[in-house]
Amino acid sequence: MSASLPSGPRPRRLTPGRIGLYAFLLTAAVFFLLPLWIMLITSLKPMEEIRLGNILALPMAPTLEAWGKAWSSACTGLDCNGISVGFWNSVRILVPSVILSIALGAVNGYALSFWRVKGANVLFGVLLVGAFIPYQVFLYPLVRIFSQMGIYNSLTCIVLVHVIFGLPTMTLLFRNYYAGIPIELFKAARIDGGGFWTIFLRVMLPMSVPMLVVATILQVTGIWNDFIFGLTFAGRENLPMTVQLNNIVHSTQGERAYNVDMAATMLAALVPLAVYFVSGRWFVRGIAAGAVKG
Amino acid sequence: MSAVSIRDVSVAFEAVRVFDGLSLDIEEGEFVVLLGPSGCGKSTLLNAVAGLIDVADGQIFIGGRNVTWEEPKDRGIAMVFQSYALYPRMSVRENMSFGLRMAKTPKAEIGRRVAQAAELLQIGHLLDRRPDQLSGGQRQRVAIGRALVRDAAVFLFDEPLSNLDAMLRNELRVEIKRLHARLGKATMIYVTHDQIEAMTLADRIVVMRDQKVQQIGSPAEIYGRPANLFVAGFIGAPQMNFLNGRLEAEGGGLSFVAGTLRLPLAGYAFNGAPPVGEEVVLGVRPEHLALAEAGLWQGFGVDIVEPMGADTVLWCSDGTHTLQVRTTGTSRITRGERVGLGLDPEQVSLFAADTGERL
Amino acid sequence: MATVTVRAAATGAAAPAARPRIGRGLPAALALVPTALIVLVVYVGCMLWTVRLSFTSSTLLPKFDFVGLAQYERLILNDRFVVSAQNTVIFGVLFIAGCLVLGFLLAVFIDQRVKGEGAFRTVFLFPYSMSFVVTGVAWQWFLNPGLGLEKLVRDMGFSDFTFDWLVNQEMAIYTLVIAGIWHGAGLTMAILLAGLRGVDEDLWKAARVDGVPPWRYYLSIVLPLLRPMVVTATVLLAISVVKLYDLVVAMTGGGPGIATEVPAKFVMDHLFERNNIALGTAAATLMLVTVVIIIAPWIYARYVRSKGRR
Repeated sequence: MSASLPSGPRPRRLTPGRIGLYAFLLTAAVFFLLPLWIMLITSLKPMEEIRLGNILALPMAPTLEAWGKAWSSACTGLDCNGISVGFWNSVRILVPSVILSIALGAVNGYALSFWRVKGANVLFGVLLVGAFIPYQVFLYPLVRIFSQMGIYNSLTCIVLVHVIFGLPTMTLLFRNYYAGIPIELFKAARIDGGGFWTIFLRVMLPMSVPMLVVATILQVTGIWNDFIFGLTFAGRENLPMTVQLNNIVHSTQGERAYNVDMAATMLAALVPLAVYFVSGRWFVRGIAAGAVKG
Repeated sequence: MSAVSIRDVSVAFEAVRVFDGLSLDIEEGEFVVLLGPSGCGKSTLLNAVAGLIDVADGQIFIGGRNVTWEEPKDRGIAMVFQSYALYPRMSVRENMSFGLRMAKTPKAEIGRRVAQAAELLQIGHLLDRRPDQLSGGQRQRVAIGRALVRDAAVFLFDEPLSNLDAMLRNELRVEIKRLHARLGKATMIYVTHDQIEAMTLADRIVVMRDQKVQQIGSPAEIYGRPANLFVAGFIGAPQMNFLNGRLEAEGGGLSFVAGTLRLPLAGYAFNGAPPVGEEVVLGVRPEHLALAEAGLWQGFGVDIVEPMGADTVLWCSDGTHTLQVRTTGTSRITRGERVGLGLDPEQVSLFAADTGERL
Repeated sequence: MATVTVRAAATGAAAPAARPRIGRGLPAALALVPTALIVLVVYVGCMLWTVRLSFTSSTLLPKFDFVGLAQYERLILNDRFVVSAQNTVIFGVLFIAGCLVLGFLLAVFIDQRVKGEGAFRTVFLFPYSMSFVVTGVAWQWFLNPGLGLEKLVRDMGFSDFTFDWLVNQEMAIYTLVIAGIWHGAGLTMAILLAGLRGVDEDLWKAARVDGVPPWRYYLSIVLPLLRPMVVTATVLLAISVVKLYDLVVAMTGGGPGIATEVPAKFVMDHLFERNNIALGTAAATLMLVTVVIIIAPWIYARYVRSKGRR
């Protein structure tokens, strides 16, 4: 080939750097996917195969038996009703907690962004700091308070706890969102004669759909994944799925059925994983908004 | 009775006073423009009139009624904002009727008023669209329409054209002027930093700076007899020429003297006793300097020629002073030419060098 | 009429300026009442209550005597608490460093216009959507010596291979670090990637024209620009270090022995199982102090100082 002036499209180059880059990313991807993969295939194997075979190997005869067992008959202590009990408990905790915490957060954010209330800044400041404080600091007095009120170890109790501790993030989320809305819009609504609630319900809330979605994602995953509050406040009757999973896995009765454990784990991870994969970028937006705190 | 009366109003943010005892009376049907650089307090004043911020002291009267502590909706005002402030999730029709619906106006009446406003602004075909389906110009028409349906006695405009491009700005400016003429008795208060808008729209201009009123007057007064150096420099493009000099008694009359330049001031109307011998600043607008071979001031050379179409601006210098001279667009003068400049003492402005006030 | 208005105006002027506004803001104030109550009772009240309890001799039931710093002295002499505190430091340093390094590398590599960017991002972040309990159980299974990774490598022919960190007193804490990084690196990546996307592209063009190698560009130019994001990520990770509880319970149960105990678990156990309220609240108070030390400078820098600028 003679030396000529370059012409035509630039030749595609796969430089060593580029290869290294992909190699790193793929290795990382394997690291992140491996536990999920192992959980999945373990849950599809019979115990025999688990004991003898390779942890990474595909199941020779995939079976959903362990999934069925995990759902309806796995034991925690003496109860053998499976993790389905926890699933429905989690749902019953989740729905009111998510709705109430978002409603309260949205109203707070709106009030703090557009209305001047004495002491509001102090309130917001304390809330902001409160978001960072370890829950252990509040737990014991809260237990006492709820006992005194006679609602300790009940659904009401655990829902209240989720609302209380969801408050900082939700308020912050909506406050920042509303702070981004031009104040002129609020002024226009004031001149049109809107009051506190009218402006909120008819002007602001319809504009808040993106934040409502983000907040829902954040709260659904957060509350579903909660362990410590469920353990402390829900009571035996209402234990959420995470607590039940932990009890099933660490139940000391007989030989550990790893396939059932893994099936139960997969079941417990299903809701947040579904939310994550369906919501995609919204989830990222949510954790960015919730995490970056202002 | 004046339509809007601002009496000794003070506004404070936190502990900082923004205004102190500002007063202004606006007649019914008048178009008043609050003009000034950003941060001069003109928007704050408008918001205080609207009731969107609290006054710390003083009173505001609208239509003879003390509205100092009234809700914005009860003041008989309507407002148009720079960012349009249309409710994003409502259609144009819903946007325009929101205030009336809040006030529980009968449906038929709402329909009638919306239709009327829509016709006036030629936005009838947009009524069922959402704000995000409209162009900037259309949005601002809708925002004006929303103000119109309120049937207010006083219309407040907060930089309504600043978000639009130059073409649309001209178009809507004319539209607002036409609207004011058609509405007859409607009082309008209009905030802007754009002197062209102020000059073209206003019956009276209030020039503000640093939270203080600098001058109140008709556009002609503001332009022709600026009350101080700030107003003189802020209004007019190209800017007024300023020459530092001294006021000297000469023969029978007074003269302005700056180095070799002299200007006998016969015919200049002083505000008070002329401070003879003091430092003064002479202000002369570029169009009041004429190219004249036998002009009063000689020895100027043309440094820069800026053709602007309708006219041409020449930067002339005699080595110590540089003056902008506005001449016709057909001027053939080129760089480097020597020219003489003539000017009429009746058209110049004199300011005290220390206070900046007009003499 | 004129006189009436004038008099009304006069009284209006004489009245304190802000008062009429409170009436108008009443619905807003009422709407904030539930939050104010929660803040007052829970965030302030319960916190002070806990701190107060830590100075008592309460065991099963709260007492309101005052024993000074006795509980704190007992804490310092308590093996389990000392191990917990040490573990927090070990876990904290390795976990934060691991997440930052891995997160930064992932973010930078993903930012190279790679194919399948979305897929990579999804894969790196998905663990963050799962609970610590799930994370702990999954890694416990993968790392268990009997049937997990150790057996896998032995079956491949390396019969001497041992990987018993999970049941090894010395090493168990590091398995928590691995699982923690697996869970949290994606979050760090997401935060840093958002920062990277905000870096002016012209900078890279300028660097390229100047012949700056890519690694140098990222290290000397981009990393300093990402400082706020790095700080944010670090603070968030640090908070989760102090809060660390579920992962330990699910993965190691604090064992083997007390090798992987952490302060949060110490508090929970003493409050709700060992009936030693005073000791538990003392440990909780120390956790509180730690968090305050972590966030005080950050909050100061972000809110107090920036407010002054505004």
